[in-house]
Amino acid sequence: MMLLDCPFCGPRDENEFHYGGQAGVAYPEAPGELSDSEWAAYVFMRDNPRGWFHERWFHALGCRTWFTVERHTVTHEIRKAP
Amino acid sequence: MSHPDFLWRDPDPKPAYDVVVVGGGGHGLATAYYLARNHGITNVAVLEKGWLAGGNMARNTTIIRSNYLWDESAAIYEHALKLWEGLSDELDYDLQFSQRGVLNLAHTLGDVREGRRRVNANRLNGVDAEWLDADEVKKFCPIVDVSGRARYPVLGGTLQRRGGIAKHDHVAWALARKADAYGIDLIQGCEVTGFEIARGRVLAVETTRGRIAAGKVALAAAGHTSVLAAEAGIRLPLRSHPLQALVSELLEPVLDCVVMSNAVHVYVSQAHKGELVMGAGIDAYTSYGQRGAFHVVEDQMAAALELFPIFSRARVLRTWAGIVDVSPDASPIIGRTPVDGLYVNAGWGTGGFKATPGSGWVYAHTIAEDEPHPLAVPFALDRFTSGALIDEHGAAAVAH
Repeated sequence: MMLLDCPFCGPRDENEFHYGGQAGVAYPEAPGELSDSEWAAYVFMRDNPRGWFHERWFHALGCRTWFTVERHTVTHEIRKAP
Repeated sequence: MSHPDFLWRDPDPKPAYDVVVVGGGGHGLATAYYLARNHGITNVAVLEKGWLAGGNMARNTTIIRSNYLWDESAAIYEHALKLWEGLSDELDYDLQFSQRGVLNLAHTLGDVREGRRRVNANRLNGVDAEWLDADEVKKFCPIVDVSGRARYPVLGGTLQRRGGIAKHDHVAWALARKADAYGIDLIQGCEVTGFEIARGRVLAVETTRGRIAAGKVALAAAGHTSVLAAEAGIRLPLRSHPLQALVSELLEPVLDCVVMSNAVHVYVSQAHKGELVMGAGIDAYTSYGQRGAFHVVEDQMAAALELFPIFSRARVLRTWAGIVDVSPDASPIIGRTPVDGLYVNAGWGTGGFKATPGSGWVYAHTIAEDEPHPLAVPFALDRFTSGALIDEHGAAAVAH
């Protein structure tokens, strides 16, 4: 069980949160101009690193805030995203 | 006392091979075996960063079935099941393959509709499948609580009688022994760290034991495929997650079939030795840590006890996790990549063990012919661009 630091509620158990995947994936600026492969990249392709990863978490059973953390995908160590 | 004979040699890598398979798990070993058996290609190395079959091949819950919804999946998983049915004889090794029946429970009207639809789809594809109502479920597996007061009421279930389990270690050892007998080098403690690529073609792999030239390179690295592919400049639609499982202490025979429940994320069988083997859903986050959170196991146990009240005094012996590579449509990715001579077989997610021989068969063909095996064509990487997804979240039976 990981302890995640909600920016509003402070440290809480992992099972209060939902996982949101990679952070910083922006909706395309000009969706009408995207090729099929660009759409595939936006919809399906995500970083899947062995190491530090910027990711989104949602405090579903708390204040319902979305926030970003940086977490190591092997050690599960968490540090605040810069 | 002398040591018994080794089942395979432990060779050092040669400078070059026709085919280098990256990953010495079930799929890698099966691929090597069928490269030799079906295509006469024996100048092959299987590179394994740890020891043979010590990753997901040692961690899965050994369930074998082919009752997938869509034609493409039914074809490839049924091909695998047919191979399983002759594999102990062919490999001359008792795989403890036991076709004891796989029951998938339905707890809601939605489950019932989906289950009946899948039974019909399976039958149209020549896959054996039956729909059981609650009484028939009780008759088939008497220890399931089908009473009206159950927390998860059992409204029925699908049954594939040809499904079952096998002894995963025996499968790996049998494939490794046969591959070795063909002269294939199974090289342990050899991690691939990079690829030598020139003019769009792979020439060699860089490893912790030096450079190894390769005519063709075939990835079979399950949860670590993204990391390897990134070294070759290829981005794959995969996410790596821990998938946990556990065994109980040894018990007298109490469960003689496989029971799965999609809705409550439990699947359970009793191994030949007597342990109850149970699997959970994936931990939600990306991880390569080969461990998961206890609350996932706790939820799984709570659900299992609702379905099987008789398990209430069984004790957990150990839990573990493997890293599974989950694709967006819960179907594998098999075929060529944008780099010539580099092939991918990944994305089997939570359900790769059952496909081991089928996967090896079609992957070996794809590598040998540089052309996807007909059964592998729909599983090419370009389906994420074309949109021709093969959505098997319903049949995958594990929450993604």
